[in-house]
Amino acid sequence: MTIKGAAHIAGVFEHPGRTIPDRTVAQLHAEVAVGALADAGLTISDVDAYFSSGDAPGFGPISMAEYLGLAGLSYVDSTEIGGSSYVAQVGHATAAIAAGKCSVALITLAGKPRTGGTPPGGAGRMQAAPEFSFEALFGTSVLTNYAMAATRHMHEFGTTSAQLAEIKVAASTHAQHNPNAFLRDLVTVDEVLESPMVCDPLHRLDSCVITDGGGALVVVSPEVARSLDRHAPVVLGHGEAPKHADNGRIDLTHTGALWSGPRAFAEAGVTHDDIDYASIYDSFTITVLQTIEDLGFCAKGDGGRFVLDGALQAPHGRLPFNTDGGGLCNNHPTNRGGMTKVIEAVRQLRGEAHAAVQVPDCEIALAHGTGGSIGTRHASATLILGREG
Amino acid sequence: MSELPTHDLPALDPTVQDDAAPFWGATADHRLVLPRCGRCDTFIWYPRGYCPACASFDVEWVEVPGTGEVYSFSIPRRGQGAYRDAAPYVVAYVELDVPGSAPGPRIITNIVDCDPESVAVGQRVTAVFDDTASGHALVRFHPV
Repeated sequence: MTIKGAAHIAGVFEHPGRTIPDRTVAQLHAEVAVGALADAGLTISDVDAYFSSGDAPGFGPISMAEYLGLAGLSYVDSTEIGGSSYVAQVGHATAAIAAGKCSVALITLAGKPRTGGTPPGGAGRMQAAPEFSFEALFGTSVLTNYAMAATRHMHEFGTTSAQLAEIKVAASTHAQHNPNAFLRDLVTVDEVLESPMVCDPLHRLDSCVITDGGGALVVVSPEVARSLDRHAPVVLGHGEAPKHADNGRIDLTHTGALWSGPRAFAEAGVTHDDIDYASIYDSFTITVLQTIEDLGFCAKGDGGRFVLDGALQAPHGRLPFNTDGGGLCNNHPTNRGGMTKVIEAVRQLRGEAHAAVQVPDCEIALAHGTGGSIGTRHASATLILGREG
Repeated sequence: MSELPTHDLPALDPTVQDDAAPFWGATADHRLVLPRCGRCDTFIWYPRGYCPACASFDVEWVEVPGTGEVYSFSIPRRGQGAYRDAAPYVVAYVELDVPGSAPGPRIITNIVDCDPESVAVGQRVTAVFDDTASGHALVRFHPV
């Protein structure tokens, strides 16, 4: 059994704000929920399954279900695998729909890392982790650990800072067309390389933005999709895989995409040549480079060469990516970029991306999330979506 | 093992989980002691009272030389929290030398007592112990 074709994404909504001092986190969840349901032509009362993650305040999906006014839910899910949660949850929702557990699944993400909301996770919880004192006491951070992944990739494969910079350049090329993007200025490779070194070998412009906001998705059964007056791209395949430090034998040169990707491709029954557009998680430029390799768009170690010559730039690059500007330039709400990855893939399949970056005749799209740190432990989730059901 | 007092990175108190207490207890004596599975002989990292290789709770504690080589590293230019004034410093994975034929674990640490820009992948390093207020020590490394 597979979940190919078992559900459609009927509604998406990305909060237009990037600095939102005048809303609570719970209000933002409500705002994006209402927005995505309206996009689908549905209302709160139609929802029978609710999916939240670590960004939801309170007692998982129960607190937010109450706040949102969701009644009669027959399915809940609180998958917490960081920024990849929302990509994985599309797969989980599709499986639940395929099993007859629900027919209208709402997935929300919201938070305010810029203006003082509670960050996801929380120091207390991480301090209780068994690995805490073997890592955090050494001045580590998300940045130091991703930078170690970059160092090792450079050491093994000769990857260069200029190659990583090409990824930022492509994202900025797209972001200049997005009026909501946090960073809209086109940047050059030289500008990335001349930006301050924040943690060798990564520069400031190798990093994603930090933004308030959020987004929501509405995943529905084929029957519901047919009843709606809205183009609802179909779920073709899903894969997910945690990758951890493997009893001290961490390999910093690959991500869990090495496993999640083939699962998604196999379920969808498509090949790399079929992918017209890809949303690739971009917490840092190195995240994109390793993921492209691990998903199989090029051989391991060839990512640095693959991204040259505008390969990632829409509409005509070999692999147009992150046409909203991605987390590197547009939006990385709540430090969790998986939600916006799915949203932009749906826009592309609907033909509703900005005209300057819309991939012509976009039939098959991939969305990939990475939650946690590729420098220690993380989860990867891959979705493949189709324009037609 | 040598002890060089010349660096000034914060020596923060560990949160000692009961099943990692032998590791932290040995650091008080400036010894590096790793858990090894009593059933499958696999070295275990991070320290815990469980073998993730064979699901055994039969764990013994074995002293290792405290030498190894840099597997990867990075150099934060701005510190956070207790490390606010410490940058630039070196965060690294060091692959430890352990007895037996299998390679040792790659552990997160700092490389100290050297120019951060001189650190390189593959560099040989040896342990130095930084005492914490709680009577334990953090295991850092400096170039051989």
